[in-house]
Amino acid sequence: MAKVLVVTSGKGGVGKTTSTAALGAALAQTGQNVVVVDFDVGLRNLDLVMGAERRVVFDLINVIQGDAKLSQALIRDKRIETLSILPASQTRDKDALTAEGVARVMQELREKFDWVICDSPAGIERGAQLAMYHADYAIVVTNPEVSSVRDSDRIIGMLDSTTEKAKGGGKVEKHLLLTRYDPARAARGEMLRIEDVLEILSIPLLGIIPESEEVLRASNLGAPVTLSSPDSPPARAYAEAARRLEGEKLEVTVPTERKGLFARLFKGRN
Amino acid sequence: MSLFSSFFGRGNKTSAPVARDRLQILLAHERTGEASESDLLSKLHAEILEVIKKHIPVDQDKVQVKLDRGNSVSMLEIDIEVPQLKSSRRS
Repeated sequence: MAKVLVVTSGKGGVGKTTSTAALGAALAQTGQNVVVVDFDVGLRNLDLVMGAERRVVFDLINVIQGDAKLSQALIRDKRIETLSILPASQTRDKDALTAEGVARVMQELREKFDWVICDSPAGIERGAQLAMYHADYAIVVTNPEVSSVRDSDRIIGMLDSTTEKAKGGGKVEKHLLLTRYDPARAARGEMLRIEDVLEILSIPLLGIIPESEEVLRASNLGAPVTLSSPDSPPARAYAEAARRLEGEKLEVTVPTERKGLFARLFKGRN
Repeated sequence: MSLFSSFFGRGNKTSAPVARDRLQILLAHERTGEASESDLLSKLHAEILEVIKKHIPVDQDKVQVKLDRGNSVSMLEIDIEVPQLKSSRRS
């Protein structure tokens, strides 16, 4: 039975697309059949982050409007056989997404894949609503920063009210993915603590992704960070989150401060 | 922040607890129906304007309705700029 997952946040720039690519690749590496779907119609970027930008022929809107078959629009990843991407349209706008069309495509994807991961656009309008509508699970991507936490709270409210699950009396299972976490700044009291964010949003924690230069490097290269540098701290954190999504019970690794020489000299052992 | 305090992490108050407290207050309000609150403000704005217009000619833009939400008490502030009234019309 396929699982439909939405990666959402309300706020832009917090790491939805990066997280979609990294988690999608990590899940696919375990042999699961995974498709990542770009819902950001008009501003597609998942193709670029995944390194598939030159292979896009048809997109989600073409499939919705019946101009192309789903199998024609799906792009198979060159590194992982079980990973596919369904790109968004770059030329249309979000009005081209129809509720019926999205429902039809999602049903077809459910039949083909084990995991359908929907990369939501920022905002709370039509595009974001349609991206979350069919979800069984939601990953709420949040930075430890006031505007991101506020927007996540709003999105959590929408997941509980405007989704298909919610309307049928059920619940979308929500998980918090804390990204761009800087343990050094948190330790100095300059950044919201993990416990604070968890207490405020009160949804279970899926993982903590440390702020890292590897994430930018990965998008420069067009490879999910879990593939481009699998041993880096963010890649390990994503891989761990993916295992948790598959139902494994794992303690969440809390990133720790990597001290420079200077700090070590002054503070001694830690 | 001086160079000294930035090295030793002293001398400046940490900002994260302030962020947490602000969020907690804000979200407590927003979760109890943010939409109805902004509706309330625009309704108040419209109705107050109606009442005043019956007696004094006022400009739509000269009526300000503000809300300052605190932890225990919220302050509703209504600011109306009234044009100079002609004394002869007073009874």
